[in-house]
Amino acid sequence: MTTAPAKAGWRFRQPSVIPGFGLTLGFSLAYLTLIILIPLSGLIWRSAALGWADFWAIATDRRTINALEISFGTAFIAAMVNVVFGTIVAWVLVRYSFPGRRIVDAMVDLPFALPTAVAGIALTTLYAPNGWLGSLLAPLGIKVAYTPLGIVIALIFIGLPFVVRTVQPIMEEIDKEVEEVAATLGANRFQTIARVLLPGLAPAIVTGFALAFARGVGEYGSVIFIAGNLPYKSEIAPLLIVIRLEEYNYAAATAIAAIMLALSFVMLLVINLVQTWSRKRYG
Amino acid sequence: MADPEIKSYAPHHESLSAAVTESRPAKAVLMIVSFAFLGIFLLLPLIVVFNEAFAKGLSAYTEALTNLDTRSAIHLTLLVAAISVPLNIVFGISAAWAIAKFEFKGKAFLTTLIDLPFSVSPVISGLVYVLLFGAQGLLGAWLKAHGIVILFAVPGIVLATIFVTFPFVARELIPLMQEQGNGDEEAALSLGANGWQAFWYVTLPNVKWGLLYGVLLCNARAMGEFGAVSVVSGHIRGLTNTMPLHVEILYNEYNAAAAFAVASLLAGLALVTLVLKTLLEMRYGAEIAATRGH
Repeated sequence: MTTAPAKAGWRFRQPSVIPGFGLTLGFSLAYLTLIILIPLSGLIWRSAALGWADFWAIATDRRTINALEISFGTAFIAAMVNVVFGTIVAWVLVRYSFPGRRIVDAMVDLPFALPTAVAGIALTTLYAPNGWLGSLLAPLGIKVAYTPLGIVIALIFIGLPFVVRTVQPIMEEIDKEVEEVAATLGANRFQTIARVLLPGLAPAIVTGFALAFARGVGEYGSVIFIAGNLPYKSEIAPLLIVIRLEEYNYAAATAIAAIMLALSFVMLLVINLVQTWSRKRYG
Repeated sequence: MADPEIKSYAPHHESLSAAVTESRPAKAVLMIVSFAFLGIFLLLPLIVVFNEAFAKGLSAYTEALTNLDTRSAIHLTLLVAAISVPLNIVFGISAAWAIAKFEFKGKAFLTTLIDLPFSVSPVISGLVYVLLFGAQGLLGAWLKAHGIVILFAVPGIVLATIFVTFPFVARELIPLMQEQGNGDEEAALSLGANGWQAFWYVTLPNVKWGLLYGVLLCNARAMGEFGAVSVVSGHIRGLTNTMPLHVEILYNEYNAAAAFAVASLLAGLALVTLVLKTLLEMRYGAEIAATRGH
């Protein structure tokens, strides 16, 4: 800012002695446009070309609505579970020292590294009625595999690292003096955590929730094995897109995809606003 | 990291130290809850993969892996990663150079666009290419007239893989190069190096561990991607089946042992990735800027 001469007015970029701006920006933009932007605008263009009546018919189709409800509902529940347990896991990893802490810490990233199809068949085998956990839950009358509960389980697996990895670095930065002050002012440990520490962590927790939720809504590979995929009951929106494609019903696949993108966009916008608000409120 | 600080509290500060941590029972409960949660959700699925893979014995395991279809799936997965990862490396370096070394209008917007693939469902990432290149697609008729096959073939699989792994290298390098600033390159240039020399001998050595970190994550996703590839692959056995897709086919044919045998290779890849990633974080943590949060 300071290096630009005052009379230069509007400038696309600040002067620099480093070369290669045109080459690197040009290549990056060309690659981004070819791989991401053109294909994505193709989707938007095609859904716009559908016409309002057709679009509305697909959007209000019972099966579409149910699939969207299941995708967003299960992703919401799974992200909530991950907020609670992910925050506890992050706390234990940051604050307590125990043998093997480094290994446990590395394990948290497993869902990032393990291919979703592998996670899907492993979880299904685990929670099937004759599986290790499924056989324990069956006598209690709890069915996990091939029900919406199975979808929630798969999405908890997928979303966990998003919450832990967002909250953990913020926890590491907490100044211990704040807790000491709270303690000397007479707060007990529970009050310190609930009224001093958690508000400071709130923006990170909301971000972690948003990331886990967004990932869960679009998740496909780990879910389709365990879900049972019954239309109206345990069929997620991404699977319905695949089914419509296999029927060569491009219009319906496009419309559902456009609705998913729009809903995710609105959701991220709302969460962004909540974040800004909580940052202002709790600084 | 916080340990020395805690230890520095001398015994006469005992009461204060106790006030800024949880009571022993509370600690125990939190640790048990964490370990139980991680054990059930992360460790058990991993154990199941290897347990099921060897359920029918070692010979069934090796037979499942040496099967012709499996071998071609492994081959295809390696091929797709070998094409898409280097392309994303070139893009990542190039985007990081433009974004980290220069100030220009719309930089924040460009950074947001680079992250876009992470917020799109993998199925939609595949769908956009079907809409573009499919028989009813925008370019479908033109491609057919010219005899170019993209969809349900290797090019489509590569494109979908590039789409989903697009941000990995760039988002590792951008914060790292921003943190390092332009000083080193400016020094090299003033000493007479040209741009390429400054990049090869100054920038690249400075960011090599961060780059490796990004490549590691990019490669793990490229080899493991399922949703996007499933939409564009056409599932032709021996031709357009990657390893994750082959796992699905075997599993749906009720050949669980073979499915888990192939899955165990992918799980092994995931474990190797995690080990290397942890080693990089431990040894070169300071030279990998954005190690946390993906």
